[in-house]
Amino acid sequence: MSRGVRSRSASWPRRLGHVALILLALAFLVAFLVAPLATVFAEAFRDGVTPYLAAIRQPEARSAIRLTLLVAVIAVPLNVVFGVAAAWAMTRFDFRGKTLLGALIDLPFSVSPVISGLVYVLLFGAQGWFGPWLDAHGVKVIYAVPGLVLATIFITLPFVARELIPLMEAQGSEEEEAARVLGASGWQMFFRVTLPNIRWALLYGVLLCNARAMGEFGAVSVVSGHIRGLTTTMPLEVEMRYNEYDYVGAFAVASLLALLALLTLAVKTLLEWRYGDEIAAHAPGGH
Amino acid sequence: MTLELSHLNRRFAEYQALDDVSLQIAPGEFLALLGPSGSGKTTLLRILAGLDYPDAGSVLKDGKDFLATTARERNIGMVFQHYALFRHLTVLENIAFGLHVRPWRKRPSRAVIRERVERLLKRVQLDGLGRRYPSQLSGGQRQRVALARALAVEPDMLLLDEPFGALDAQVRVTLRRWLRELHEELDLTTVFVTHDQEEALELADRVAVMNNGRVEQVGSPETIYQQPATPFVCEFIGKVNRFTVRRNGAGWVGGGWQPEDDPWQGRYGEAVAYVRPEQLRLAVPPSQPAWEARLRHIYLAGSVAHLELHVESLGQSLEADIASEDLARLGLHAGMELRVAPRGAVLFPRDGQGATLNHERWIWHARSPVPA
Repeated sequence: MSRGVRSRSASWPRRLGHVALILLALAFLVAFLVAPLATVFAEAFRDGVTPYLAAIRQPEARSAIRLTLLVAVIAVPLNVVFGVAAAWAMTRFDFRGKTLLGALIDLPFSVSPVISGLVYVLLFGAQGWFGPWLDAHGVKVIYAVPGLVLATIFITLPFVARELIPLMEAQGSEEEEAARVLGASGWQMFFRVTLPNIRWALLYGVLLCNARAMGEFGAVSVVSGHIRGLTTTMPLEVEMRYNEYDYVGAFAVASLLALLALLTLAVKTLLEWRYGDEIAAHAPGGH
Repeated sequence: MTLELSHLNRRFAEYQALDDVSLQIAPGEFLALLGPSGSGKTTLLRILAGLDYPDAGSVLKDGKDFLATTARERNIGMVFQHYALFRHLTVLENIAFGLHVRPWRKRPSRAVIRERVERLLKRVQLDGLGRRYPSQLSGGQRQRVALARALAVEPDMLLLDEPFGALDAQVRVTLRRWLRELHEELDLTTVFVTHDQEEALELADRVAVMNNGRVEQVGSPETIYQQPATPFVCEFIGKVNRFTVRRNGAGWVGGGWQPEDDPWQGRYGEAVAYVRPEQLRLAVPPSQPAWEARLRHIYLAGSVAHLELHVESLGQSLEADIASEDLARLGLHAGMELRVAPRGAVLFPRDGQGATLNHERWIWHARSPVPA
């Protein structure tokens, strides 16, 4: 046991330093991650299982869940399409304004979500640029589902692209060129060569994008209008219930969101464990 | 098929990759594009493959515009420098790729594809490894998979980009011979890019030497080696001694060496001369003009010995190559004095500004070559 021998021979103050550092890291994890997560579930089940189930069976809660899922189902696929297209453009072509595109993709990361929401209000709100025209044609964007979808798409824009760009950069385009010379059409090249090579990174991107799409609060809050049963997503429902002193209700819905986060984490870990070898083989340099 | 490349130009942001390149590729020939990195040889290959297009110029295939066809229509087999095998597919799937992606009317049946892939696998001596993934193969094996994949589509032309660049020396030589045999068997027009002159001379029927986006010389390996067209070709191919000679009356003088005539008839006063190490005679009789040289070192490199000779009258050292077994026969040892003269040389004149003129080549031979 060379490891044991080494740690025993290490000087006492150094060992103390190691232990202190590890404890510090653990304390941080517990204080800032585990404890809040535990609190969510503790508060949700404070009065037992029956009130918990009742809280998430209320029509408002069910409509919030439905709306959250709807927004994610629209926003995530659109982001996949955009992310793959943007990553393709960034890594396979040289063009003027490439750096600008890169900066634009990162914009949602650097702008406060509230500002993102406000931009849509300014554009499509009743007093906004396109608001009166849309209103005249009977289209409601702000304080309606389209606004929620738009804001969510904006917020989650970078997730897929940022996951793909470094990978596609490292993999290069030689395999795609080989496919072309061998007679593959553009689509065949994409589905038979490009997609298999980026599938794990793409899946990570989708998982992260989905988690954010369902959990987004700031931007969605601005464009939602908080109309119960119509434009409240789960995070907004949590806030409204909390403000109404309905703690069990608030934490019950919050626990669903927390579950989603845990599920995402579990799927990611499972994939890494199950396909670890293959993922390593696909990593740049593993070829 | 005959390919006629004329006046190709390709400019990238920083440099001119191809500068007015014209070249003919005959059916069934084995052509090497040889040059240092950045000479435009890979760009030329990519244009043939349809992965890049020239800014100007034309490529005709049997008289028809070849550039108007896309990469997938050209029916070309290409082996990439790093092989570009599909890492998520097995060896078998890699080789079958070009057949699987055909439109279904032209796609062979499953049985035919399997039969052809198995045959190719045997041909590249990889039978039994079909279920492996590229990451589980050695460099030489990957290279052969890449070749089998390129051959599976029964191409009209085979393009190879530095096919042996990433392999170690021993595998390289074996694969080289094997590729040459394969070419003779298949009778397939083959163009390969290399920066290794030995590889080009050994493998190709014809070599095109490229430099700075231009074709310096096209010819058989023998012509390229014996009658280099430009100073660049002299210096890039093989080893060479370079020194300056000056006009002296009707003839030329470089130290003790005096080539008699002057093809330029007194138009130039100075020229640069190239002499290959094996073109130096070591024991010239006193009756003939020669350099007085001191043998400084003998570098024994297996079958060949490299001699470092210092010539006082030239103010520089020359290298001479002889067979190792001749060392003892001639009684050579470091420190001895020798009379040395070239059997042949290639000379290019310099104009008044000291610039070398490529188009006024003079290939000089000794009048009565006496064996050393």
